[in-house]
Amino acid sequence: MSAFTNHFLFEFKTGIRNSSAMLMLYMLPLGFYAAMGFIMVEINPGFKELLIPAMIIFAIMSSMILGFPTGLVEARESGIYRSYKINGIPAVSILIIPALSVGFHGLITSAIIAVTAVPFFDAAEPINWLALVLISLLVVFTFSTLGMLIGVVSSSSRAVVLWSQLIYLPSILVGGMMIPLSLIPEAFQKVSGLLPSTYAMQAYFAYAYQQESIIEPWVSITVLITSGILALALSIFLFNWDSHNDTRRGSPLLGLLILIPYVAAILYSTLS
Amino acid sequence: MDQSVVTVKNFTKTYGDFVAVDDISFEVQHGEIFGLLGPNGAGKTTTLECLEGLRQPDGGEMQITGVDPQREPSKLRNLIGVQLQTSGLPDNMTVEESLNIFSAYHGVQPRHELLTRMGLEEKRKTQYHQLSTGQQRRLSLALALSHDPRLIILDEPTAGLDVSSRTELHNMMQELKSQGTTLILATHDMAEAEKMTDRVAILLSGKIVATGSPRELTAKGSGMTKISVSTEDSILHNNENTFPAVTPHGIKEEYSIYFSTDPGPTVSAILNHLASNNDSLIDLRVERPSLEERFLEITGNGGTE
Repeated sequence: MSAFTNHFLFEFKTGIRNSSAMLMLYMLPLGFYAAMGFIMVEINPGFKELLIPAMIIFAIMSSMILGFPTGLVEARESGIYRSYKINGIPAVSILIIPALSVGFHGLITSAIIAVTAVPFFDAAEPINWLALVLISLLVVFTFSTLGMLIGVVSSSSRAVVLWSQLIYLPSILVGGMMIPLSLIPEAFQKVSGLLPSTYAMQAYFAYAYQQESIIEPWVSITVLITSGILALALSIFLFNWDSHNDTRRGSPLLGLLILIPYVAAILYSTLS
Repeated sequence: MDQSVVTVKNFTKTYGDFVAVDDISFEVQHGEIFGLLGPNGAGKTTTLECLEGLRQPDGGEMQITGVDPQREPSKLRNLIGVQLQTSGLPDNMTVEESLNIFSAYHGVQPRHELLTRMGLEEKRKTQYHQLSTGQQRRLSLALALSHDPRLIILDEPTAGLDVSSRTELHNMMQELKSQGTTLILATHDMAEAEKMTDRVAILLSGKIVATGSPRELTAKGSGMTKISVSTEDSILHNNENTFPAVTPHGIKEEYSIYFSTDPGPTVSAILNHLASNNDSLIDLRVERPSLEERFLEITGNGGTE
């Protein structure tokens, strides 16, 4: 087997062997999905419209924003990357293979949600399933690279929690996942423009459900793609083999450049 | 023909204002076990990490069989095998997976016989965090050998190992040497260095303060051999006679202790003295000056020989 296959299979199995990974990849998102399906749909029948896209984004965020970067930081701090480096494992493999593996798990969880939500919870069925799949792939790309960047720039697990929660909690509150974006006050709508989940929800609405979206569909797709590419490039550029390495190529603060596509989208929507 | 596998010339490394390694030079010859000795913080690990390409030197030159570790890292990976002092593998990675992955990245077939040699055959499916410290070290060595490198770098390889694991590792090192592999061993265990190495460099505060074979280094010291004698009637305890080439003697428990610059005549004279006084020998120990004593002598003098 090739180096890539061996490495990918190991990372994929880790998602099942490791109890914390299992919690973030499957138990938390599916448990939350079941709770939302049973409770929220009863309280607010309108939530049926949001259930599938919101829970897919939630599942992907949990694994890639909460779980994935912590693993990257812990591996760096425990000297695993040093072992990898002296054995010829390139930085790109160290970052991309775990991201692909986590993304694969995220897609499995998303598939479980998409397939069960209609029969179990009477969720609104997507009109265009292919669009649902393609946007889910894009959302996995955007969030996995964002999680990668958080892991690369964070000096400790505590810093990961800080950065992750800056995205995770606001996404749930004002990212259109629990309450439609149109019902959120305008000031909060502006804040939600800084969150990838907002663009992901709008893209699902526009393409998979063929509903009118508040953000122009091409803007949502452009932001998700640009953010993913930028986060990937910044992660590779800022990657550090260990916390004592003196050959780092740039300050971790460069990671804030990831805000560029989001700020540009807010400016575009304000000016147009 | 030049047999140097490692060449280090005027190597310097600083961390801010702190000079970790200060203008050192040494060579490691093909097929030898070279020891890098020194107390904690002497600069051993920094030197090795620069050789391994993990850190960037601030000055000087380094080459491993003509390859610059910083400029040609991909060539370096296949030349060296490294057992790091502080390194790890993912907790959930099994022994077999680690061998398969690392071999694949080196572009070689996994050498499963290495697991047998390291006594890890039964642990193939065991995850890294379930291995004992000794097993983790042996796995690390197996991975370092997986691509049959020309140079093996071992940083404190026996730290935390029990006696039998240490012996196993030492046997392994001798076997590798006999196969023509060059080894660099960083350690602060002087007994290990004396037993295993062909030549050593002693580092102190970032400078090399002594180089040579363990025998050469100990010979340069005070050169006193310790002779401990225990007898039935302990007549040596009150002996006013002096023996050839000895310092004034001392007593420790039942032993009379002498330090001699010429142990042969001293021992003969002691035995003759016992025979002529009808005392019988219980125990006689002759201890050559050890590398550890020489090391303490050098480091105690702040590096002045």
